[in-house]
Amino acid sequence: MIDLLRIILTPLIGAILIAATGRSPNVRETVTLLTALATFLQVAPLTPEVLAGARPALEILPVMPGVPLALQVEPLGMMFALIASFLWIVASVYSIGYMRGNKEHHQTRFYVCFSLAIAFTLGIAFAGNLFTLFLFYEALTLSTYPLVTHKGDEASMKAGRVYLGILLSTSIGLLLIGILWTYSITGSLDFVPGGIMAGKIEGPMVGLLLFLYMYGIGKAAMMPIHRWLPAAMVAPTPVSALLHAVAVVKAGVFTVVKVIVYVFGIDLLANTSSAQWLLYVSGATVIIASLVALQQDNLKRRLAYSTISQLSYVILAAAILTPISVVGAALHIAAHAFGKITLFFAAGSIYTAAHKTNVSQLDGIGRRMPWTMAAFTIGSLSMIGVPPTAGFLSKWYMLSGAMSSEAWFAVGVLILSTLLNAGYFLPIVYAAFLKPEKPLGDDHGDNHGHGHGSHGHGEAPLPIVIALCVTALGTVALFFLPGLPLELAQDLVGGTP
Amino acid sequence: MIADQLPALQVALPLIAAPFCVFLRRPLPAWGWAMAVTMACLGMAISLLLAVLHGGPISYHVGDWDPPWGIELRVDMLTAFVLVLVSGIGALVMAYARESVRAEIPSERHALFYAMYLLCLTGLLGMTITGDAFNLFVFLEISSLSTYAMVGLGKGRQALLAAYNYLILGTVGATFYVLGVGLLYMITGTLNMADLAERLPAVANTRTFVAAAGFLAVGLSLKLALFPLHKWLPPAYAHAPSVVTAFLASTATKVSLYVLIRIFVEVLAPAFRAAHLPGPLSEGDVVTILALVAMFSGSFVAIFQADAKRMLAYSSVAQIGYMVLGVSMLTVTGLSAGLVHMFNHAIIKATLFLAVGCVFLRIGSVQVKDMAGLGKRMPLTMAAFVLGGLSLIGIPGTGGFVSKWQLVMGAFEKGWWWAALLIGLSSLLAVVYVWKVVEVAYFKPAPKDAPPVKEAPISMLVPLALIALCNLFFGLQTDWSLGVARAAAASLLGGGTP
Repeated sequence: MIDLLRIILTPLIGAILIAATGRSPNVRETVTLLTALATFLQVAPLTPEVLAGARPALEILPVMPGVPLALQVEPLGMMFALIASFLWIVASVYSIGYMRGNKEHHQTRFYVCFSLAIAFTLGIAFAGNLFTLFLFYEALTLSTYPLVTHKGDEASMKAGRVYLGILLSTSIGLLLIGILWTYSITGSLDFVPGGIMAGKIEGPMVGLLLFLYMYGIGKAAMMPIHRWLPAAMVAPTPVSALLHAVAVVKAGVFTVVKVIVYVFGIDLLANTSSAQWLLYVSGATVIIASLVALQQDNLKRRLAYSTISQLSYVILAAAILTPISVVGAALHIAAHAFGKITLFFAAGSIYTAAHKTNVSQLDGIGRRMPWTMAAFTIGSLSMIGVPPTAGFLSKWYMLSGAMSSEAWFAVGVLILSTLLNAGYFLPIVYAAFLKPEKPLGDDHGDNHGHGHGSHGHGEAPLPIVIALCVTALGTVALFFLPGLPLELAQDLVGGTP
Repeated sequence: MIADQLPALQVALPLIAAPFCVFLRRPLPAWGWAMAVTMACLGMAISLLLAVLHGGPISYHVGDWDPPWGIELRVDMLTAFVLVLVSGIGALVMAYARESVRAEIPSERHALFYAMYLLCLTGLLGMTITGDAFNLFVFLEISSLSTYAMVGLGKGRQALLAAYNYLILGTVGATFYVLGVGLLYMITGTLNMADLAERLPAVANTRTFVAAAGFLAVGLSLKLALFPLHKWLPPAYAHAPSVVTAFLASTATKVSLYVLIRIFVEVLAPAFRAAHLPGPLSEGDVVTILALVAMFSGSFVAIFQADAKRMLAYSSVAQIGYMVLGVSMLTVTGLSAGLVHMFNHAIIKATLFLAVGCVFLRIGSVQVKDMAGLGKRMPLTMAAFVLGGLSLIGIPGTGGFVSKWQLVMGAFEKGWWWAALLIGLSSLLAVVYVWKVVEVAYFKPAPKDAPPVKEAPISMLVPLALIALCNLFFGLQTDWSLGVARAAAASLLGGGTP
């Protein structure tokens, strides 16, 4: 299955072409769009095969004896690759509007790193064993570092330090050790349905190994190793949108779900009391992150904390350890991706058109930017889990999983956090549409960046509006047509739960 | 047949060729001659490797005197592997040397420098290839004496002081070594390594043997710069000319490690198994602890260095700790981890020191703070530095990752889970000091009054790029690094581990 390699090479070659055509922005951006399109068009045709039960695989290099660089497509990876490659197209359209609208510098480097990041994300999605996954995981960290520090000033250098510091130290200090431990007791790093550890490890050691994995996967941003995510918000908004709401963070929870399902195996964890801590830690992260989000006035920071909380939903759902809740976890990866990218797109749209960054400045903005704020509303509803949005669907599965296994703690967390989500999203929507605009002069204060907001604006540039409408529509469409992600998610746990 | 004489020629050629550099006198012909000789050495090393791969170990009897009476040159897989590594780095650095030496050493001394370089190469190759414990001492001295001279050629008085320090400590190390060999000769009457390994178990329970082992251990650890005998290394690396630092960092300590493995794992280990040593800690535990302390103390000190060369020198002390840790496990996985890290680290440090050499050529300083803005002004050099740095940290896809993987595997096999955690932790320290340079080079703008800086000349960039790409190559293709290391480790430990 050489196609698999071609899929990952496409954005890599795209990155080279983008670098080569950097002198002429129009050509460069055409190349970006074409690369994104070509990538998606190669990923999509794999879907029917995977749904039919095929698991296309390819061994690229036998790096070390028993530890090859290998690719394999399974349902969850298929879903992740579909989401990432589809949203890359939308985000590319958006980036063009955003980067030009804000006259950002070093745009070529931006597009090159973006392309690389997508290549490595696809590598994570299609990784055939833990070694390959780890390789692309680290590559993703490094390729997004220049994006996070894009501005190149003191603040972004410090943010970059936090970003790299947390992600590298957790992955090298914990995840790598966990992987090697796994290899030393099982002699294998492959992803096998049902796990590879049954009978190889037991008792408190399971809990410890789970700890190495869960805190080694820093990209899943479970508290207290979540700080890199708010720090990464200094990046330009398209980066926050695609990478820090979709690709990078989803790579984290994707890895979490994969490790739980294919390495440990649900049954092993469910029967081991030392593995139960994960449920409580992820539940606590959901609640605490929501509480912190409530207090953030900076819109992107509020969204970042909301992401931390939503990521822990996925971990929580996986940690309930029933097939149906794992389906919920997988669905939530898709649902949250569409919802959160919409919200970030909206935040960037507001920044581009009105140069506003704070929640308190958004009174009445819905009348000037109706499309943006309508999309924002849909995204918010999906975060809260209100029908008809994708968020409702995944929350439904998570709740029924929690109920069926009588995990009352998880049920409580889900309900409480729904209220909290409503508490930090709905006021924004309310203020945007129903409050009158504040007169000019009231809204300076801590409005950093491009100085004062002005009221002489309308909607953001067209590419931005198109992009955020597409993702908002996607959020609704997933509710009405959940067939594809649902089937993939059910395949993950081996049939209809 | 000339091919049969290869083992002798491997050493004899650079030895005989060295004086011709002095006769040639002018810089360019001397460099050309040295370049040709190092390339020939590399060619011979490669053909020896191929010969060993196809025909098994080679034993060459110097002057046709049969061992154990005559001097034996022995080439097995590990020997050939180290020969290729040393002569490969030697040739690469020589290609790079022309521009760098022109900038750092007065032109009337160029010919002398190249002669010293070839002598040093002779010594290192000789230490690797010889099968005779005393002959090894001779080559050790050849390489050491030429090294002192080369370090002393560095700019400023500090270089002389560093060379003098190195001279004193290096001589102590060599003396300890020869004392150890003398004691062994006293109780066995032989100097041939293979013969020693056979005869020693019979006399293992004597004080003389234990004393000899002690002298050898201290002497070789000094040459290897194993913590706490590493004090000579940072000043020597920091003040030597860039070319010398790059060459020494990636060959001299590696050959010392190789000799340590030869002497201890091959020659002394059978006797240790026969001996009953007292004490709560076995000698293996002591070495393990020293290695761990080296890993952490080296990296910690590296973080606080303002001078990039000194920082990398302390990093070397830490990395030597990794290698020795692997060796001290005395299992196939552990020993192969040590050997493969010896190989990968040679490449890593060559990359980093060559990159720093380019920086020195252009801005005349290796202080980290002076590197502001270099990310933009010398993009290729700094990219190579970053690549070397990533490999040093052990990012997957680079050579450094392969070594770390093996090392942690070895630790788990031994049940040393704490060592596994410590290895993980100490690599994080490498992130800190590598990133210190990265942040200055890429985020700090160059000072306003800074003179314009060009990228390094092509004759330096090509070797730099080659060695930098080796980091990636050996991260994904490990047959020639890990494969050889595993085979060598398995044959060294022979019939099984104690």
